[in-house]
Amino acid sequence: MTEPNSATPAPPAFAVRAAKRAAWAVVGEKILEALVYLCGFSAIVFVLGIFLFVFKEAFPILANDNFSLTQFLFSPEWYPTSEVNKRYGVFAMIAGTCSVTVLAMVIAVPFGLGAAIYISEFCGHKTREILKIVIEFLAAVPSVVWGFIGLTVMSRLIVQYTGAPVGVNMLNGGIILALMCVPIIVSISEDALKAVPDSYREAAIALGVTRWQLVWRVLLPAAKNGLLAAVLLGVGRGVGETMAVLMATGHAVHIPNSVFDSVRTLTANIASELGEAPAGSDHYRVLFLIGVLLFTLTFAVNLIADTIVRGIRRK
Amino acid sequence: MVNVPAIEKHIEVTGLRLSYGMKEVLHGISFDIRRHEILGVIGPAQSGKTSLLRCINRTIEFTPGTHVSGTITVDGEDVRKVRDVYALRRKIGMVAPLPVGLPLSIRENVALAPRSAGLTRKGDLDAIVEQCLRQAALWDEVKDRLDSLGTKLSGGQQQRLTIARALSHQPEILCLDEFSIAIDPVTTMRIEEVLKELRHHMTIILVTNLTQQARRLADRTMFLWKGEIVELDTTDVIFSAKPTDPRTRDYVEGVFG
Ligand SMILES: Nc1ncnc2c1ncn2[C@@H]1O[C@H](COP(=O)(O)OP(=O)(O)OP(=O)(O)O)[C@@H](O)[C@H]1O
Ligand SMILES: [Mg+2]
Repeated sequence: MTEPNSATPAPPAFAVRAAKRAAWAVVGEKILEALVYLCGFSAIVFVLGIFLFVFKEAFPILANDNFSLTQFLFSPEWYPTSEVNKRYGVFAMIAGTCSVTVLAMVIAVPFGLGAAIYISEFCGHKTREILKIVIEFLAAVPSVVWGFIGLTVMSRLIVQYTGAPVGVNMLNGGIILALMCVPIIVSISEDALKAVPDSYREAAIALGVTRWQLVWRVLLPAAKNGLLAAVLLGVGRGVGETMAVLMATGHAVHIPNSVFDSVRTLTANIASELGEAPAGSDHYRVLFLIGVLLFTLTFAVNLIADTIVRGIRRK
Repeated sequence: MVNVPAIEKHIEVTGLRLSYGMKEVLHGISFDIRRHEILGVIGPAQSGKTSLLRCINRTIEFTPGTHVSGTITVDGEDVRKVRDVYALRRKIGMVAPLPVGLPLSIRENVALAPRSAGLTRKGDLDAIVEQCLRQAALWDEVKDRLDSLGTKLSGGQQQRLTIARALSHQPEILCLDEFSIAIDPVTTMRIEEVLKELRHHMTIILVTNLTQQARRLADRTMFLWKGEIVELDTTDVIFSAKPTDPRTRDYVEGVFG
């Protein structure tokens, strides 16, 4: 790679080339800047656009005299296709969404945090790499496949071991959803634990604390914001999930009394009924209103998660 | 010289070799530390001073790829064969060169070790917290905000917090690794006075880049260079005009290259 001839004319050529590149760089930089700017703002445009579209479809129902928002939110009676008396109460579905999500979190949070602690603090390097790959793989399983597992494997197991009359119920949905949330919770919690500097670990270890005391007394307090964010992102996932819960929960509009009751979630309701509701009908508009409700719910959860994550960064 | 039973060996190091991966940083050093003496350890950067301390309390094990051979005994017990490594670590107070305030309240920073050792009575813990913070010359500055975060203190205050923490489990051995790099001279002097007091109760290993600090405090001083002991003798000899090894004099006088 020697260039013997380039030695003599090098200084002037270099100067000229440098000048030209600078001009290019200036233009290129401007273009790049504009592109990046556009990308950044497109996200806002999309979010606003989606919200406006959903809201626009839902809005006429709010102006309708036969429709009451209070009834929509607090009545469990959902009879959108009744001939004589249509009733649009989604309270049972709110209860369904909340109960399935809470159940999923009760299962997923201890499990996810435990796994994250094991991966980040206790296992060896090899095991860690393997576990991380497996968990990423779990996160990549499509939700319809999870729903399928709920419908077949899980429902059979539930009937077999609990004696419940039907296997597709709140418990099934909760377990399936928990399995879907665990990878998110594990990977974000693990990041939060890894972000705790090693100097903290060594300082605490030098004080004679055991590994468990280290985790319990130092690492968890140090990483608590990140761990909370992980849990809330898991909740967001739970509230927004559709396909798997549609298949696993049994889809009955009913305020659950026990974990063996079938429930219907807001998301599953939209997915299953939107195809049959004639465009522009009241039913159709109410389904969009449910969309607005969901949007608000997930937005609230994400906002809380985000505020907390921001809190971590400020530290 | 003040201590009558000073001949008793508290720590014995024999043929200690340490390597990080392929790189050996301590090349088989042997020496002992007497009970209730202050042993000064001086030496240029990278000579292995910090690594030596980490071998004694076995925190070196948390760095992957290290290999230790030779023996270190504390009170006649091989540190690598002790049954309860946590008890061993509680016996040794460690002050790291970079101040590490744990992300807990100031009170909890100091109470962590005694609490982990099983002490639960609030009165006892509070007494320890106060005593240790006083010894580290920090009490007056923080006594009104013991429940605020330790990480929010200034660098020098955090350094003193780590000293208080190292004293909190009433160690028999105190390892100080360049404890004064972030502390102003006046406060350093106050802590040095405390150390002179503490040496009646504990053995102190004082790693320092300030050779004059070793001269002021240490009974004996060890000059460590590139993982080997150049000279270990009473401080008077090390800082005299004629130490045994000419390199010692060069280093002490600052002409070492
Ligand atoms: N975690 C580590 N991994 C690999 N090498 C290390 C590690 N810690 C220290 N070393 C190496 O070991 C040697 C001795 O380091 P050590 O920190 O013990 O020196 P020191 O005498 O304390 O230096 P200083 O005065 O700068 O604190 C150095 O060459 C250093 O690069
Ligand atoms: Mg060092």
